[in-house]
Amino acid sequence: MFHIYCPYCDEYREEEEFHPSGQAHLRRPADPANSTDDEWGGYLFFRDNERGVHHEMWLHAVGCRKFFNMTRNSATYEIYETYKMGERPSVTAENVGDLKRQSGVQAETSGWQTVGARPESESLNEEEQA
Amino acid sequence: MSNIKEFDCRPVSQEGAESPMAWTHQHHESRPAGQNPGVRIAEKAFLGHLILRGGAIVLDEAVRDILGIALPGRPNTMTQNDAGTHSVQWLGPDEWLVIVPGGEEAELETKLRKALGDAHFSIVNVSGGQTVLTLSGANVREVLMKSVVYDVHPSAFPVGKGVTTVFAKATTIIRRPAEDHWELVVRRSFADYTYRWLLDAAAEYGVTQERA
Ligand SMILES: [Zn+2]
Repeated sequence: MFHIYCPYCDEYREEEEFHPSGQAHLRRPADPANSTDDEWGGYLFFRDNERGVHHEMWLHAVGCRKFFNMTRNSATYEIYETYKMGERPSVTAENVGDLKRQSGVQAETSGWQTVGARPESESLNEEEQA
Repeated sequence: MSNIKEFDCRPVSQEGAESPMAWTHQHHESRPAGQNPGVRIAEKAFLGHLILRGGAIVLDEAVRDILGIALPGRPNTMTQNDAGTHSVQWLGPDEWLVIVPGGEEAELETKLRKALGDAHFSIVNVSGGQTVLTLSGANVREVLMKSVVYDVHPSAFPVGKGVTTVFAKATTIIRRPAEDHWELVVRRSFADYTYRWLLDAAAEYGVTQERA
């Protein structure tokens, strides 16, 4: 079970109250009538299937009934943050490794094995990130 | 003044009116009241329920003027007058539930519309769609613990709190207007289910139903 922090209710709630609503931050083509099939089709039907850091929308369906955003790791199920609609994520695929290394805990993207462990060689991490 | 047509949907006479609990009461025998029941269930039928939506600041001003109650500013809280007859509950960042004595809702709606004028808002009378069940007795918290995913411990659920959450498999508003009793605001279509779940969950503590 996820324990999800609703940014509108301002508290943690059970997963049972929420409904996942797919990838977040989709941009609708500004001029649909003059967009190409590729642009419009991509907007309507094609979604990223990230392994790792993923930004997605959730609905607090049985609660305040508001949509909000979540940054979540699709491989480990770790929830990094939730934030209101219209806001930008502070955790991204680019900076998640840095954030984790600063706090000295295992980072999914850099492959540290245990909490607090130091990598045997720096190059190991750099390779993973490249 | 907004260009909305209003009408009072409450019948002039309440004779023959049926609350959402009517079917349940017709189809299930009342349980005999035991000695010192752990849970007492009663219905507050035919109250006036309004859903207010809009910006908190403009709604707060109007509600204060007309009801004399402040709009609850913090999420998952409710405010009420001293007698406990009028209440306003936070349901979402732009949505509140107002509950008033039955018959007052149409006049309240008219007054609010007048006070709010051209502001961006919505008022919907949902009185017929839901009803209020009150739970009291020594074992109410145990019954709620069996029924909802939300933490009902006093440290997490003090007096004045109210949340929309999952009750058994239904959506229900749970609120705690006073130390000694809880209220469930249930939808008409879930009323029978919720009520019978309560009777079953409370059976081990002894339960009485007070019928209006
Ligand atoms: Zn919420």
